[in-house]
Amino acid sequence: MNERFFREALSDWMKGGGPEPDIVISSRVRIARNIRSHPFPLLATNQQAREVQDLVRQVVAADGQQQLGEYEFLSLDQLSDLQKRVLVEKHLISPALANESRGGAVILSANEAVSIMVNEEDHLRIQCLKPGFQLKETWELANRIDDWFESRLEYAYDEKKGYLTSCPTNVGTGIRASVMMHLPALVITQQMNRILNAITQVGLAVRGIYGEGSEATGNLFQVSNQITLGQTEEEIIDNLHNVTRQLMEHERAARHKLMQESRVRLLDRISRSYGILCHAAVIDSKEAAQRLSDVRLGVDLGLIQTVSPQMLNELTVVTQPGFLQMASGEKLTPEDRDIRRAEMIRQRLNPAR
Amino acid sequence: MLCQECGKRPATLHFTKIIGGEKTEFHICESCAREKGDMIPGTPNGFSIHNLLSGLLNFESAGGAKPTPPPRCENCGLTYSQFSKLGRFGCSSCYTYFADRLDPLFRRVHGNTVHVGKVPKRTGGLLKYKRELESMKRELQLRIEREEFEAAAQLRDRIRELERNLNEA
Repeated sequence: MNERFFREALSDWMKGGGPEPDIVISSRVRIARNIRSHPFPLLATNQQAREVQDLVRQVVAADGQQQLGEYEFLSLDQLSDLQKRVLVEKHLISPALANESRGGAVILSANEAVSIMVNEEDHLRIQCLKPGFQLKETWELANRIDDWFESRLEYAYDEKKGYLTSCPTNVGTGIRASVMMHLPALVITQQMNRILNAITQVGLAVRGIYGEGSEATGNLFQVSNQITLGQTEEEIIDNLHNVTRQLMEHERAARHKLMQESRVRLLDRISRSYGILCHAAVIDSKEAAQRLSDVRLGVDLGLIQTVSPQMLNELTVVTQPGFLQMASGEKLTPEDRDIRRAEMIRQRLNPAR
Repeated sequence: MLCQECGKRPATLHFTKIIGGEKTEFHICESCAREKGDMIPGTPNGFSIHNLLSGLLNFESAGGAKPTPPPRCENCGLTYSQFSKLGRFGCSSCYTYFADRLDPLFRRVHGNTVHVGKVPKRTGGLLKYKRELESMKRELQLRIEREEFEAAAQLRDRIRELERNLNEA
């Protein structure tokens, strides 16, 4: 098993930056598919879930190398709880696959840009990730992988309803496209609520970064399509693309306004956060996320020169509970975690000390 | 039914949690659900989409007498009332057995009832042509309305050709 998946916080694809990296952290497309002959994972027996895993394993064994490059097929039952948690924190698998799946597995490409979940809510969840604002490119990659599976597996498909999924919210295209955005200036200028309302009216949704039900910590928002039936894949991607562009413009305008009208206050806020991160001895995850968001804004506005955006991406992941535990090699109480978190942040932000 | 947590407010969320084949039913009110967010599967805190969906799915009980007993999927055995509690289908045949009741749900969730996107190459060769034909006919109509007759004539010829191919196939 490739230990790198669990040891390193930043996937290779995260290191590139990508277009518009000051606002859009990453682009993701997920495609939900099912095999016609088998009941959905909700009702499948252990035996049936096993068969689905074997079918997928056969396809991948035949020409996975050609399609995905180097890859690893990980059955969830060969992973420890901590390893699963780390994969969740890196967005490579969902909490549902980690906690509740039977016959669950994940296929990871070596650079972690492709992660294919088996027996999550649907038999197959093909997920592709790219850094920055690259929705169209991400869709093309996911679509190609879908074509490959489709040429080897009999999908559940209906002429009128399209791809049949376990949940009625995914039927049709089975596509969930999303962008993870850092929108601190819209939050500071209190425009977020108004914007969230507008977004839901055009069939999109906004969530915290760990998906459904999670809170938006550190001003990171995940914007995704809600509608999967009655629109083509291209329309869905275009729609999200255009709204993301608009959000980016609003965020840039708000940043500009803040710099013009309250530069000193902004500088004070950012510098204080930077100071706290450099020197704190104990910090909880919520405060860390908020302070890291301030520093990220400072970096993007050129107010802080000594920190790289990559470092911030890495810190966002390594300060999560699973990662802290993994790095320390022992079980940590919440208090221990807050101490370890502060230590890790200090080490990375002041490498010279 | 009263909320099983506080026993005071009426239960508005009803859902079933299945872990490793063990089934537990919950009937709780919204504020207890918010507090006890971690008991809802798949979400560390807060509601999952399935719980919200069951609210949408239970609309049949809203008015009058029930005409026919709710259907059951003969392939996987899931009943419609189980589906409306779980918010999820058991297999692809559920879509057929529950077909009569699904369009209102899809309309509420997606605002649409018909797929217009990707067609699998292997199973849907002919369907792909049909889709193309439909979209060309829509465009033809548009061109005629805009009085772009030259473009319309070209489209009409392509449509005829495609229809000929389809008939031969």
